Amino acid sequence: MNEALGLPDAGPPRFESLQAVRDGLAEVKYLADDSISGVVYLADRLSKPVLVEGPAGTGKTQLAKSVAELCGARLIRLQCYEGLDESKALYEWNYRKQLLRIQAGEHGQNEKEGPSWKELEEDIFSEEFLLARPLLEAIRSTDPVVLLVDEVDRVELETEALLLEILSEYQVSIPELGTVKATRLPMVFLTSNNTRELSEALKRRCLYLHVDYPDLDREREIVRTRVPGISEELADQVARIVRSLRTLELRKAPSVSETLDWARTLVILGVETIDAAGARDTLHILLKYQGDIERAAKELLSVS
Amino acid sequence: MLDLLSGFVTELRRAGLPVSLTEHLDAAEAVRHIPLEDRDGLKYALAATLVKSSSHWRAFETAFEVYFAVRTGGPGSDGTGELGDDLGEDGDGEKDGAAGNGEGGSRGKGRSWNGAGGGEGMTPEELAELLFKSLLSADQALMNVVARNAVDRYAGMEPGRPVGGTYYLYRTLRNLDLDAVLQKLMGQAQAGAVGDGLTDLEERLAADEYKARIEKFRRSVETEIRRRLVEDRGAEALARSVRKPLPEDIDVMHATRDELAVLHRVLQPLSRKMAVRLARKRRHGRKGPLDFRATMRRSLSTGGVPIEPRYRHPRPAKPEIFVIADISGSVASFARFTLHLVYAISSQFSKVRSFVFVDGIDEVTRFFEGVVDPAEAVARINLEADVIWVDGHSDYGHALTEFHRRWGDEVTSRSSVLLLGDARNNYHASQSWVVEDLQRKARRVYWLNPEPRDYWGSGDSIVGEYAAHCDDVVECRTLRQLEHFVGNLA
Repeated sequence: MNEALGLPDAGPPRFESLQAVRDGLAEVKYLADDSISGVVYLADRLSKPVLVEGPAGTGKTQLAKSVAELCGARLIRLQCYEGLDESKALYEWNYRKQLLRIQAGEHGQNEKEGPSWKELEEDIFSEEFLLARPLLEAIRSTDPVVLLVDEVDRVELETEALLLEILSEYQVSIPELGTVKATRLPMVFLTSNNTRELSEALKRRCLYLHVDYPDLDREREIVRTRVPGISEELADQVARIVRSLRTLELRKAPSVSETLDWARTLVILGVETIDAAGARDTLHILLKYQGDIERAAKELLSVS
Repeated sequence: MLDLLSGFVTELRRAGLPVSLTEHLDAAEAVRHIPLEDRDGLKYALAATLVKSSSHWRAFETAFEVYFAVRTGGPGSDGTGELGDDLGEDGDGEKDGAAGNGEGGSRGKGRSWNGAGGGEGMTPEELAELLFKSLLSADQALMNVVARNAVDRYAGMEPGRPVGGTYYLYRTLRNLDLDAVLQKLMGQAQAGAVGDGLTDLEERLAADEYKARIEKFRRSVETEIRRRLVEDRGAEALARSVRKPLPEDIDVMHATRDELAVLHRVLQPLSRKMAVRLARKRRHGRKGPLDFRATMRRSLSTGGVPIEPRYRHPRPAKPEIFVIADISGSVASFARFTLHLVYAISSQFSKVRSFVFVDGIDEVTRFFEGVVDPAEAVARINLEADVIWVDGHSDYGHALTEFHRRWGDEVTSRSSVLLLGDARNNYHASQSWVVEDLQRKARRVYWLNPEPRDYWGSGDSIVGEYAAHCDDVVECRTLRQLEHFVGNLA
């Protein structure tokens, strides 16, 4: 089907079945729920990029890393920021090297034996003088790669358009060189913190995955796999307290990574079971606003 | 399957989700890779390809539940008779599908009623007892069985009625009295604690745990009711009655409590997005006026020929905003949302001052000062603002005159005035000269009306009289419209 659409060959599917994805991710210590493993599986089968959205600290970036680890692929990461442009994301000509080449041509031999203009032009616009930036690198790579476009909502709308060709056709057009097609389809993950609405065109080309805070069981499992040396009861307590915290109306609910930090702290402090006073003293690891801390202490721990 | 999928996509479009043709094709392709018996897998596959925004998830889920409802039992079990039959079959079905704990127990129980109860079902006491047990052990399979029985007993469903099932849900849950069950569960937790009872923290955690379980049970009842409705009337018909507007399309004035909660949840990200967008527009907008000096300086390097003109950095003036909002009962929720949004992006205005009125008027700017969360301030306004003059029915005329007398001089040519309200004046005098005078002084005067345009001017609505003196009168019933308006304002 891919040939019919003019796409490069996707190669053999990376994953056997849904279950394989889930087990594989669990092996690299990423506990996926149904929707996550389902979408990763589909992304592979349909060769489509995945747009991952959700609150901060729920493991969006980690997902891409874990998938890369699972496939034994290299992770190429493009961190987006406001003002990111083509020369930083896609490719750039190495002007200095080109200049050197021209000068070397002038001075190396006498003029008659020097390269003709045409030769020189072909020469300095060859691959040797091309600086591949993450996107081009991911496309050209012959070994398996996972491309992570992190926080794509930070770039301007115009820059977003840059991604479209790559995401749908897996190719890059360079005027001087022609079109570079992917030799091997990379897996692509885009993450977004939802600070602005992404364009319809971008969304249409991606599979959409909303990652939310995990439910109790999953969070407990995450704590247990990620925090070595934690007892089962403590992990359970941590997960339950965090869940209760998330039901409060806070400015910033504790994220998974903060939960893990908290659990680690408790382990280091040698806490066996959490009581109100102990929780109160370490609450600042979970919550980052004074107002939130006070509120949580009042509502949950009945201390003010 | 493809037909079913097209029907589903059509339904999503009717519910307002923007599903494009490519996405439909993707979904069809995705479905091929998912084993058909895996219902959850199917759900996520469809969600990943068709839904591209988390606020649309609810609408998707509702439609999915209707179109791909779990169909248990043969065509004979229509949900009312043959309870025992239904139950037995179901126990089995659950067992195959769900991999969880406590399965064996539930099977035994399921069987035993099946034998004993026959077509009769259980007494209310038995049912309550069972519900309690299932919640205590968090046994999903048992919960489903209880849900099924409870719906049988209490919902009193009538075939063929074109309803969405909310009423049935209400009836079932009222009879089960979940609050009392929660109390009982908590009692049990207290009694089971070792030593001197539970600490506050433990108690709170236990309560949250049980609440989550009860919520699960509630959902199970809902699914059950929906399943029966689908069997009764077919997916398409039901989809029509359960269709809910997307959060951004909810009519703020007539929103139910649930819908208001949804609105509150989307308001926060919405206002953040708006702030980012407006700030960007400011920075990257058009160029400022020509900077003559810099252009000349630059031209020196090209021999005095000004090849590259330089521009000043644009400094668009930030408008000053006066919000004057009616907070009488009829439009209170709308005013609250508008204030919320305006304050959330107040960094984009040089100054925001807000006034609320019913028949008296009061300035409430102070409530917003130093408050991080506008919702808090809005809540305080309702309690503390002094807005009643005579009887607590809207009197636009008096409120406006009062505004003009006390603050009229502070409106300058830099300020924009937003008037919020339905202009239903209870047949008082309109005093529209105030608005006329405000328009003369202010940069712009807008009127936001939360009523549909068709109702304007009917009954005691006198928006027409004010409209004559406003730069624009905008119908503003949904968050989408509100966002659009505020975006243009800044």
